Amino acid sequence: MRIRTYARYDAEVSRSASNISQTEPMTTGAPKPKVRLMLTCLCDAFFGEVGIATVRVLEHAGCTVVFDKDQTCCGQPPFNSGDWTAARLAAGHLMRTTLIHKDTVVTPSASCAAMVREGYPMLYTDMAHPEIFELGEYLVQHLKIETWPITAKKMPAKTKVAFHSSCHGRGIGLKGEQRQLLASLPWVELVPFDQGEQCCGFGGAFSANHPSISAGIGMEKLKNILESGADEIVGGDMGCLMQLNGLIKRNKLKIKTRHFSQLLAEGIGE
Amino acid sequence: MKIPSVEKFSRDLATETVESVRSASVAKVDARSNALKIAFDDLEGARTQAAQIKDYVLDNLPNLLPQLELKCRLNGIEVHWAKNASSARKTILEICKAAAPEGGSIVKAKSMATEEIHLNKHLIKNGYEVVETDLGEYVVQIDDDTPSHIVTPIIHKNRKQVAKSFEREGLGPYTEVPSELAMQARHHLREKFREAKIGISGVNFAVAESGRIVLVENEGNNRLSTTAPDVHIAVMGLEKVLPSETDLPLFLRLLAGSATGQQMTTYIHMISGPRRKDEMDGPKEVHLVILDNGRSKVLNGPYKEILRCIRCGACLNVCPVYRQASGHAYNNVYSGPLGAVLGPALEGVEKLPDLAKASTLCGSCEEVCPVKIPIPRMLLQLREEANRKGLVKEMIPWSMFSVGSTSGFRWRLGLKMLPLAPIAKHPAKSGWEEFKDLPTKEGRDFRKWWNGRS
Repeated sequence: MRIRTYARYDAEVSRSASNISQTEPMTTGAPKPKVRLMLTCLCDAFFGEVGIATVRVLEHAGCTVVFDKDQTCCGQPPFNSGDWTAARLAAGHLMRTTLIHKDTVVTPSASCAAMVREGYPMLYTDMAHPEIFELGEYLVQHLKIETWPITAKKMPAKTKVAFHSSCHGRGIGLKGEQRQLLASLPWVELVPFDQGEQCCGFGGAFSANHPSISAGIGMEKLKNILESGADEIVGGDMGCLMQLNGLIKRNKLKIKTRHFSQLLAEGIGE
Repeated sequence: MKIPSVEKFSRDLATETVESVRSASVAKVDARSNALKIAFDDLEGARTQAAQIKDYVLDNLPNLLPQLELKCRLNGIEVHWAKNASSARKTILEICKAAAPEGGSIVKAKSMATEEIHLNKHLIKNGYEVVETDLGEYVVQIDDDTPSHIVTPIIHKNRKQVAKSFEREGLGPYTEVPSELAMQARHHLREKFREAKIGISGVNFAVAESGRIVLVENEGNNRLSTTAPDVHIAVMGLEKVLPSETDLPLFLRLLAGSATGQQMTTYIHMISGPRRKDEMDGPKEVHLVILDNGRSKVLNGPYKEILRCIRCGACLNVCPVYRQASGHAYNNVYSGPLGAVLGPALEGVEKLPDLAKASTLCGSCEEVCPVKIPIPRMLLQLREEANRKGLVKEMIPWSMFSVGSTSGFRWRLGLKMLPLAPIAKHPAKSGWEEFKDLPTKEGRDFRKWWNGRS
C-alpha cells in the first residue's frame, strides 16, 4: 500500500524499489521492533560516530536496525533555499530507498524528521504527514523508555551538560524526551543557562549567506552557555552542534559538543 | 555573490545599536508570556480562537466592511476608501484642506498604516506641520529617522542618544533621566495639542457590529490627538475589522499581553463618532480611511494568513535575526518576521526578493504569535517564489546537489571526494568560514563501520 501511496509522487518509486541493498543484523529470541535508520547527510559526511551511537542505542533498546545504503539526504537544504524542484528529487529518493518500507523510520535529527513530516506535505500538497521519528521521541514515546538502561561496567566520567533543545525539535512537538533520557544518566549533571530555547543561528544555508548575523546569534548562545559552567553542549541535531562547534573552534572556547546518542551509548559499555 | 540586504545592513550596525535592540527585545519576553498566562486559563485555546476569528474576518470582508461603513455612518463617522497609498494620501490631504485651508499643526498618534503610506512627508510638502505625539515616534521624527519596531519605534536607541536629541531641539536642560525626558516632551507636545486643528491616528480594531473605532495606548497622546482637535482622521488597513464587540476582550488582552506584557493597556479608546449636540468637547468630525494598498491581492494568495496580524510586535522581540540586525535592516516599514512576509506580500516579492532568506526558520515567531500566523511556512513559500521567478541567485548549485542526492552511487562517490573540500573555493564555504571553522570528519566513518559488522 505504501508503495502505491508514494508512487503517486514519484514515477520511479516502484521501479527502483527492488534495487535497495540492505544489511540486517542477526536477530535472536522474541520479535524485535524493526527500525530503519535515516542517517542524515551530516552524520554521513562528518559525524559517523553519531550514526554509530544511534545504531547501538536502538539495538540496546531492543530494536533491529536496518540501513539502506543508497540513502542520501532528506532534501531540506534545497527546500529551505527555495529550490523545491531539487528538494523533490531528494525527497523522492528518500521515499524510494527508505520511507517506502513498512518499518518505522528513526533519525538522530529533529530537523530531518521535521523536513519529512512537515516539509514533504508542502512539496506534495496532497501528501499526509509521513511517519518518521526523532531518536529520543522514538525511545520515550514509542518504546516507553523513561530511564536509560545502563549496562556499562565502568561509570563514565562525570560531566556538566548544557542541553541545547533544537528549534526543529520544538517544531515537531518534542516534549523534552532527549533531556529526560540524559537526566537519567547518573554521571550527567544538566546545568541550566539563560535563554535556553534560543536558536543557535545555524539555519542551513543561512549560516553561509548571512554569516555575520548567524555568528552573532551563535556567540550569544555560547556566551550564555559558558556562563553556566558546563563542560559540554549536548543536543539532538548535528546542524546546531556543527554551527556551535565552528564558532567554538574559531574562538578557541573551552567547551565541547556531543550528540545525546553518544552519551546514551557510553552507558551501554563495550 | 551579492550580500543579502539584511546581512549587509547588520554588518555596518554600531555595537551600541545592536546592544540596544538585543537587550530591549530580550528584556520583556518573560513579562509578556507571564502576562498572557495570567490573562488566559487556556492561552493555546485563546490563540486558536483569535486566529479563527481573524480567518472568519478575512473570509467575510465583503460583508463586514460594508457593515462597518454603514454603522460608522450611522454614528456620524465619515468613511473613505483608499485603494492604494497615493489615493489615501490624497483623501487625507483633502480632509485636511477642508478643515484647515491655511495649513497649521496636525498632531499624530502612532500609526503604522500612516507610515506605510508615507503620509507625514506628503502633508509637510503641502504646508502642514505634522507632529508625532507618541514619545518614541516623536524622537524618530526629530532625528529624521524611521521607526525600527512596530510597537517600540526607538528600540534601536538608548537614553543617552535621546537626551542628546532633546538637548539639540532645545526641549530643556540636558538630562538622561527617562521621566525627566518624558516631561520635557510632554511640555512641548501639550502646546501642539492645543494648537492643532487636526488629529490623525491609526486603528487597532474597528467593530463592524457597532461602527466603533478602538485604539489602545499607554501615553495618553492618542486621547489628546483624537479629542482635542476639531477633526480626527483614523487610518486603518482593511483587515483590522472585527465582527462584534464581544470579540474585543479576547483581542485586547492578547494584544496588551503580547505587545507590552500588560494585562491591559493604560488607555483603551472606543470612539463612536464625533461630538454629540449635548457634548462639550470632542472632535466635530471623525473620518475613517479604510486602506487596501495591496491587501485584497494578498487575500487571494499563499500569504493570506499574514493579514491576521494585530501588530503586537511579539515576533520581532523573539526573533534572533531581528535582535542582531535591527528593524531598519529589513528596508521596509514592517520589519522582523512579520515584515519579511508582509513586506513582499504587499509590495511583491520582486521588490524584496531576499528578505525571506533572513531567517533561521527557528519558529519562535510562530510560537509567540497571538493569532498563530505560520510565518516560517510563508517564509519558505516566499523563498520558493523568489527562486522560481529567478529573483535571487543561489549560493549553492542545487542542480548539482540533485545529481548526488538522487543516486546512492553518486552520493557515496561525493562523500569520498569530501576530504578535498578544504582546498575547493566556493562562496558558501567562504561564507561559513568567515566566522566559523569548517567541520571536519570526526571519529569513525559510519558506512565503513556498518559494512564491517555484517
